[in-house]
Amino acid sequence: MFALGLVGLLVRRNLLFILMSLEILLNAAGLAFVAAGARWGQADGQVMFLFILAVAAAEVAVGLALLLRLVHHHATLDADAASEMRG
Amino acid sequence: MNTLFYIAALVAVVATVLTLTRLNPVHALLYLIVSLLAVAVAFFTLGAPLVAAFEVIIYAGAIMVLFVFVVMLLNLGERAVEQERVWVRPGMFVGPGLLAAVLVGEVAVLLARGRMLAPPTGRIDPRAVGVSLFGPYLLGVELASFLLLGALVGAYHLGERRSARRTDDIGTHRARAASGSDLVRTGPGGASGAP
Amino acid sequence: MYSYVWLLPGFPLLGSLLLILFGPRLHRRVVATIGVGSIAAATVVAGLVTWTFLTHPPAGGGVTVRLWTWMDVEGLRPGIAFYLDALSVLMTLVITFVSTLIHFYSVEYMAGDEGYSRFFAYMNLFVGSMLTLVLADNLLLLYLGWEGVGLCSYLLIGFWYSDPANGRAAQKAFIVTRVGDTAMALGLFLLFHRLGTLDIQALLQAAQQQWPAGSVYATAVGLLLLGGACGKSAQVPLQTWLPDAMAGPTPTSALIHAATMVTAGVYLIARTHTLYELAPAAQHAVAVVGLVTLLMAGCSALTQNDIKRVLAYSTISQIGYMMFALGVGAWAAALFHFMTHAFFKALLFLAAGIVITAMHHEQNIFHMGGLRRELPLAYWAFLIGGSALAGLPLVTAGFYSKGLILWQALASPRGGTGLWAGAVLGVLLTSLYTFRLIFLVFHGELRHRPTHRPGWVMGLPVAVLMVLSVVGGFVNLPPYLGNRPWLEEFLETVLPAPVEGHAPFSELGAEVVVSLAFLAGLGLAWWLFVRRRELATALATSGLGRWLHRWWYTDWGMDWLYDRLFVRPVTAFATGNRSDAVDLIYNGMAAVARAGWEGLSVTENGRLRWYAAAVLAGTILFVAIVALL
Repeated sequence: MFALGLVGLLVRRNLLFILMSLEILLNAAGLAFVAAGARWGQADGQVMFLFILAVAAAEVAVGLALLLRLVHHHATLDADAASEMRG
Repeated sequence: MNTLFYIAALVAVVATVLTLTRLNPVHALLYLIVSLLAVAVAFFTLGAPLVAAFEVIIYAGAIMVLFVFVVMLLNLGERAVEQERVWVRPGMFVGPGLLAAVLVGEVAVLLARGRMLAPPTGRIDPRAVGVSLFGPYLLGVELASFLLLGALVGAYHLGERRSARRTDDIGTHRARAASGSDLVRTGPGGASGAP
Repeated sequence: MYSYVWLLPGFPLLGSLLLILFGPRLHRRVVATIGVGSIAAATVVAGLVTWTFLTHPPAGGGVTVRLWTWMDVEGLRPGIAFYLDALSVLMTLVITFVSTLIHFYSVEYMAGDEGYSRFFAYMNLFVGSMLTLVLADNLLLLYLGWEGVGLCSYLLIGFWYSDPANGRAAQKAFIVTRVGDTAMALGLFLLFHRLGTLDIQALLQAAQQQWPAGSVYATAVGLLLLGGACGKSAQVPLQTWLPDAMAGPTPTSALIHAATMVTAGVYLIARTHTLYELAPAAQHAVAVVGLVTLLMAGCSALTQNDIKRVLAYSTISQIGYMMFALGVGAWAAALFHFMTHAFFKALLFLAAGIVITAMHHEQNIFHMGGLRRELPLAYWAFLIGGSALAGLPLVTAGFYSKGLILWQALASPRGGTGLWAGAVLGVLLTSLYTFRLIFLVFHGELRHRPTHRPGWVMGLPVAVLMVLSVVGGFVNLPPYLGNRPWLEEFLETVLPAPVEGHAPFSELGAEVVVSLAFLAGLGLAWWLFVRRRELATALATSGLGRWLHRWWYTDWGMDWLYDRLFVRPVTAFATGNRSDAVDLIYNGMAAVARAGWEGLSVTENGRLRWYAAAVLAGTILFVAIVALL
């Protein structure tokens, strides 16, 4: 699933889809952690997942805000639009 | 239990693939939600009911809803779908697909070298998780709360409409600048770059 | 007196320095005074040194005057030192005296030229280098003088540098002699490597002790030094530069390319005579080279139409005689011929200069004619000089010197009848082309009236040389004419005496044959060029005649040969290497760097997904490294 998330990240040009792919990535990482925790029979895996969840939430909030900013600025959802590297 | 896990996993993978290949963002989001729910079921079969619940409530419930809100805010419609049709061509999946496949291969190799995974053993109580959180991971919890606060403030600031700020704050802006406070930047330009 | 020897090269070099530094600012008279005066002073010193040498001959034949040590490295300790013996005294005297006359002549000849001071500066530098060459006591200092005269030759051939043809002639001279110089340098390396010293006297002694007769080292060195001599003295195969060197001013041609520089090769071989005694093969090679050259140049001289080129080929031919003499063991005879040749060849060139200026720089003899009444001085100069050159019996210097060479070629065990016959043929050729020249220029009908008559400044040296060309031979009289071999005896303190082998006829008999050859040449020239001009033209335009004429006119095709053999491949290679293989390496490195930059700058495009892909690739790489290795 991580790999799928990567593919999605690299292929899609629409910023929205990029953010979605990011979510997939995080989710996949969390899944791995929980599975590991279950394997070893410890609660740590789940704890890690909770932290990842918190991070994902924070990141989504800020990310979407930035997305709105960019849309307002360039009037497009194109990820390649913000490539001026100026100033 | 095992078969349920595999079924859920399969659903998750398929749903993810579908997410990535949809043209309409709303469709993609819906598939993503399905994927997340499937992962939650997988968690349940792994004996982690707490996390499964969290996955559904927070991830699928709050974060995805946030996405939906933004999509509706952007009012994308048919034009976006057309754009996607232009941007996303099957040929474009080749390169990244190749890279990702290499990565998967590496991970597979690594896993094969290690010991075989034992089947999931029992369930881990939410209580155990809670104890762990208030015990060894207490510091992590506090830091997580900092992070969330920061995200909150950042999102608020970034989400401010520029026009609104300008119209109502010119007077106070000047006043604040004159008072020598270094919290306010004088001159044009906002936090995320002006055109 | 000997301690003043350093003044001999010193005066001319000082004169040259003064003229180089201040020449353009000085008045013409001052320039002339310095230019001629320095050489005249050197001549006076030479005279005094010769007097001292004759009246108080030093023990052992020679005296070394050491000024300072030039360098001291790894067993090589050459000094700035001069060695005086009979050979160097003779050469010094001839060089300084003839130089003075020619410098004096140039005062009027070059009077209208704007490079007046430059000319005298170069000429003085030349004389200084030449004297260094002949007085050097070690081969390294000799080589210094050798290179110095080569440089001055280049400078003076290309004196009128605004004409690119002159520059090319100068380059040709320099490059061709360079080939010879390289051979000579190799010879010096070999000598130092084997014998550990470049001091001439020490070297010759060591060679005699260490190397057996017929030693391969002696032969190798002999051949290499012969190579150097061929270059400088314009012998086959390196003779192609001398005819073109006539592009320089006539006094230069007289001094450098007739009387002095071109005899440097002869001097070198004479100096290192011990090595040639030890290597009969090399000595024989010298003789063969000399003979081939004298015949080839004689044929070429027969077809030339430029007055100076005839004299140039004549010089090549006469030096061939000197080499021939050295090769058959007639050491003193070669030097005798050098002395007389200096006199009559300088005379001929100076007289040619008179003719050329009188005819407004017309040099084609077929445009001249009937000048014997218009330019009587030049006519008599040519007659006397030409007779000396061809060897008019009894009254010319050339007769005695050439006769000596030929007699010793016949009698010496290293000579022989075959070689002698070739040289006699050479006498016929010499006589033929010389009188052809004289008859074409001075007899016949007057085509162009000369407008300019020479003054006494040009006339006086000519007159002096005319006298010398007549009496110069009397310093060495053969047995059947008085038996006073003074010069031979003088030189025998240095050079080995010729060995009297078995000769088919007596000296007188041989001399008669030679004189007959001379008369045959004279008669043939008279008949072809005075009586029956049309016969000469018919001969030249007949089938075989035309082919021969063209072949000999272009110096037996050697220029063409060298062009095909050397010049074209090198220029083709240079053209092919236009974009310079070595530069390519450096430019290539720059190009690679640039390509790398251009390639990498593509990744700096600000696109998010590019960067993400890069991160992914990096991750894969690291996981691979960590996990799989």
